[in-house]
Amino acid sequence: MSENNICREDILRISGVDTRKCMRCGKCSATCPAYDEMEYHPHQFVNMVENGDIEALVESPSLFKCLSCFACIDRCPRQVEPAKLVEAVRSACIRRQGHNHLSADAIPAILDPDIPQQALVSAFRKYSE
Amino acid sequence: MIYSYFPGCTLKNKAIDLDIYARRSAELLGITLEELPEWQCCGGVYPLAKDKIATKLSSVRALAASRDAGHDLVTLCSACHNVLKQVNNDMRTDEYIRSRANNYMAPDAEYNGEINVIHYLELLRDTVGFENIKKKVVKPFTGRKIGAYYGCLLLRPGKVMQMDDPENPKILEDFIRAIGGEPVIYAQRNECCGGYATVEDKAYAASRAGKVVDNAAACGADMLITACPLCLYNLNKSNAENKLPVVYFTELLAEALGLKEENDV
Ligand code: SF4
Ligand code: SF4
Repeated sequence: MSENNICREDILRISGVDTRKCMRCGKCSATCPAYDEMEYHPHQFVNMVENGDIEALVESPSLFKCLSCFACIDRCPRQVEPAKLVEAVRSACIRRQGHNHLSADAIPAILDPDIPQQALVSAFRKYSE
Repeated sequence: MIYSYFPGCTLKNKAIDLDIYARRSAELLGITLEELPEWQCCGGVYPLAKDKIATKLSSVRALAASRDAGHDLVTLCSACHNVLKQVNNDMRTDEYIRSRANNYMAPDAEYNGEINVIHYLELLRDTVGFENIKKKVVKPFTGRKIGAYYGCLLLRPGKVMQMDDPENPKILEDFIRAIGGEPVIYAQRNECCGGYATVEDKAYAASRAGKVVDNAAACGADMLITACPLCLYNLNKSNAENKLPVVYFTELLAEALGLKEENDV
């Protein structure tokens, strides 16, 4: 159990991922369009969850850099589906009281009038509970 | 042929062109799209967390309403299509989600994934037929080099979306040929545009979208087509010098069919 009260079993349950299937080929990270922005890359999410190293992931800005593009899900040769781990850690992170990443109050200052509604609903689904 | 139709929130607003040209073209092609009454926003992104039920319910309601109307459900926005099709797959294959969604909503008849979710492009390919579209084209895009931008959501996850080969798709290229244009194949056509990251980090999304636009331009495209309002937005934002115009595929369809008027929409 980490200081955040989020444990490896929570992440495995929320994600439905079996980290033991990973063969450490790195293909998920090689194909990830968010690679340069991420501190921990998709293959590291798999390794770190496997090792119970949850704390660092929960605190990482990488959680909000994943674009949910499904590339690592489709291209992993072992059907590990790393994005589901990113989503599970992000969900566990923002489900804690006071840990929403985006609040409605922040929107007026950053709102571009051309932005499609779809972008806002998607960001709120990903960044806050 | 009658289908239920789920436009989604953005097609009622910023992406009204995507919707209007699709409806107009469908009529000419003998397809009736009946908008679902009282549909609710799909949420934009499919909830990947296994324990998420509530955020899937708006999709389940739309799917069940379509079943009750007796029609398959047509979508147009890539994001709505992705969410509705993945939730429909859950309702067919995942007992945990199916039982909880049905228990929560207590519908008159349980929904078990009975209908199909069909993207407008699939309707053109599989029901109308690209050959038949070709015969109805009055203003072909002869000589125009058009890059198809798929992005992520139409194709992935491939085993659920099943629209096309996710790594080597051709449905949009076949569409471009049907309206008389010349498709341009480029590597970034099925890589992410930056998506919703633009909400809090415009530079990040623009750098991703810029890779798509630069790649398409380098391969000789003189315009790009998409089915997604957020892709259109990101590609346009990264494209300050306006290297490539980015338009909805339905706009080109309507134009080719002679259904686009001056000063339209
Ligand atoms: S879903 Fe996220 S982690 Fe996976 S490849 Fe896309 S951006 Fe990277
Ligand atoms: S692509 Fe799959 S098997 Fe390879 S490192 Fe990533 S998760 Fe492991």
